[in-house]
Amino acid sequence: MNKTWNNRAWWLVLPVFLMVAFNALVPLMTVVNYSVQETFGNNEFFWAGSRWFEDILRSDRFHDALLRSGIFTLLVLALEVPLGLGIALTMPRKGPWVSVCLVLMSLPLLIPWNVVGSMWNIMALPDIGLLGKAINALGINYNYTRQPISAWFTLVLMDVWHWTSLVALLCYAGLVSIPDAYYQAAKIDGARPWAVFRYIQLPKLRHVLTIAILLRFMDSFMIYTEVIVLTGGGPGNATTFLSIDLVKYALGQFDLGHAAAMSIIYFLIILFASWLFYTLMMRHQEQ
Amino acid sequence: MAKITIDNLRHAYISEPTRDEHYALKRVHLDWADGGAYALLGPSGCGKTTLLNLISGLLHPSEGRILFDGKDVTMETPEARNIAQVFQFPVIYDTMTVYDNLAFPLRNRGVDEAEIKKRVSAIAEMLELTATLSHRASGLTADGKQKISLGRGLVRDDVNVIMFDEPLTVIDPHLKWQLRSKLKELQQRIKRTMIYVTHDQTEALTFAEQVVVMNNGEVVQTGTPIELFERPMHTFVGHFIGSPGMNLLPCEVKGGAAFVSGKQVPAANAKKAKSGRKLELGVRPEFVRFANKGLPADVVRVSDIGRYRVVETRVNGTPVKLVVGEDTEVPVGKAHLVFDATHTQIYSDGWLVGSRP
Repeated sequence: MNKTWNNRAWWLVLPVFLMVAFNALVPLMTVVNYSVQETFGNNEFFWAGSRWFEDILRSDRFHDALLRSGIFTLLVLALEVPLGLGIALTMPRKGPWVSVCLVLMSLPLLIPWNVVGSMWNIMALPDIGLLGKAINALGINYNYTRQPISAWFTLVLMDVWHWTSLVALLCYAGLVSIPDAYYQAAKIDGARPWAVFRYIQLPKLRHVLTIAILLRFMDSFMIYTEVIVLTGGGPGNATTFLSIDLVKYALGQFDLGHAAAMSIIYFLIILFASWLFYTLMMRHQEQ
Repeated sequence: MAKITIDNLRHAYISEPTRDEHYALKRVHLDWADGGAYALLGPSGCGKTTLLNLISGLLHPSEGRILFDGKDVTMETPEARNIAQVFQFPVIYDTMTVYDNLAFPLRNRGVDEAEIKKRVSAIAEMLELTATLSHRASGLTADGKQKISLGRGLVRDDVNVIMFDEPLTVIDPHLKWQLRSKLKELQQRIKRTMIYVTHDQTEALTFAEQVVVMNNGEVVQTGTPIELFERPMHTFVGHFIGSPGMNLLPCEVKGGAAFVSGKQVPAANAKKAKSGRKLELGVRPEFVRFANKGLPADVVRVSDIGRYRVVETRVNGTPVKLVVGEDTEVPVGKAHLVFDATHTQIYSDGWLVGSRP
C-alpha cells in the first residue's frame, strides 16, 4: 500500500500546537527566563546564570521545606491508600446502597479546596470549633495555631478526609471490573478471604492503585490552598511546604529569580518522581 | 468421584416465581454414573450454565435436590461438594507461577509440600505443562491458561466431578481440536466424572458418552451421540444436531401409513401415529437419496462442503436437503426423492411418535 505524504497536514496540528504553546510552553519559558536573570524592577534585567539554582540547592530553608513536603506526602499516602482500599472492599457491589455509598463518597471531592480549608479551620479551633473543643475535652492539649504537632495532625486529617474518597472510588471501580468467575474459581479452590485478596483482588487492582498513588503523590506534594487557609504555613514555619515557601519568595519578597529557579526545581522533582514511580510499577508489570 | 443424581431440580433467578416461564430451569431429572463423560448441549440461554452452576454449588436451586453418591448436597458450598470447574474464560492467578497455580487448591487444603510436589508434577506431565512450571502463569497463551484451570481441578484426586463451562470459547481454532482430544484422552485415562457444557455440537458429541440436549430450560433428550443422531426424540434435537439439520415435512396419516403431499412415504413409526395433531415427517439429509421414482422435488441449489455435497430441493414448497457423495450425479430441475424407511420418523406436536406414553 502506498502512503500519501502530504505536509499540508501539519496545518491541522497547528491549532493544538498553539494552544499548548500558550498555556504551557510560553509561561514555562517565562519562568526559565526569570530563573537565569536578576531584576530590580523597571523592566531591567541582568544575567545571573545558574546563581539562583545554586543558592536554592544549598539553602537550608529549601531543604527544610522539601523535607516537610516529603513527610506530608508520605504520611498522606500511607494513610489514604490502605484506608481507601479498605473502604472499597467493604462497599456493596449491588443493590440500592451502591448509589448511596457512591454519592456519599464523592461529596468531599466536590467541595472547593479553600472551602475545605475554612471548614477545618473553624472546626478545629480549640475554643469554638467542634473538633478542637472535643479533643480538648478529652484532656488532650490541642491548639493547631500554636503547636506544630497539632497543626500537622489537623492537616493530615483534613487531607485524609478530603481525598481518601478518590482512592476508594478508583479501587471500587477496579474491584467491580473483576469477573465473577475469579471469585467462583477461588471458592472452588478453597481459598480463604485473605488469599482471595492477596492473589485475585490485589493483582487486579495494580493499575488503579498505580494511578491512585500517582495522583495522590502529585496533589499532596503540591498542596497549597488548604494549608494556606488552615495554618498559613505556621505555627512558625512548621507547615511551610514547598508550595507555600515558593509563594513567600515570589509574592512576599518579590524575589523573582529565586522563586523562578525554585519553581523549576520543584517541577523537576515532581516530574522525576512520577516518572520513576510509573516506570517501576510498569516494569514490574512486564515481568 | 461420584454418581450424580439430579432430582426434580428447578431454578428461578427471581425470588418468587409463580409461572412456568419464571424458571430458567424447569424440572430436571438426571442420573449420571460415576466416571462418565457427559455433555450438556443447547443454544445460548437454554439453562445449561444454570444447571452447571447448581451442580457446582455456585447457585442454590429453588426446588429439588442434588445428590452425590446418594448424599444430599443441595445446600452445600462448592468447597464442601469437592468439585472442580473450568470456566469459559481462563481463570488463573496472575501473580503466581504455573507451579503455584496448580498447587493453590492443595495449599488451601493444608496438604504438605512433598505431596504437593508429587501431584503437581504428575498433573503437569499429563497436561504437558512441565516445561512452563516455573514461568509466571500470566505469560501463557489462552490454551495454556485453560490447561492450568483444568490442572487445578485434577491435582485434587478426590474431586467428585470436573465441570467445563464452554472451555474452548477463547481458544484458537487449530488449538481447539488439540485441546479437545487432550480432554477426551484425559477423561478415558483418569475416569473421573466430567460434565461438559457447550452450544457446539461437535464438542459435545466428540467428548461425551451421554449428551443431554436442553432447550428453554428443559431436557429434551438424553442419549448417546448415535441415538441423538438416529432417533431424535424431538424435532428440536433433529434440527440442532447434525449439519445440516433434520428435514421436516408436513404429513398426514391414513390407515397406518404416512402421506406427504398426497404420496405415500414409508416411516418407521407410521402405525403408532394418530391424526388430529400437527404431524411432521422427519428424515436426516444423510438418509435421503435421488431415485427414478418417489417424491417429486425441484433441485434448487448444490453446495460443495468438501468431501460431500449438500443438495437443497423443494417438495411442494417445503425445503428438503440431501447429503450426497462427490461422485453422485445430481439431477437438474425435476427429481424424485426416496427416504430410508428405518430412519424416517413421524413427529407429533414436535415429539417423536411412540416415544412418550
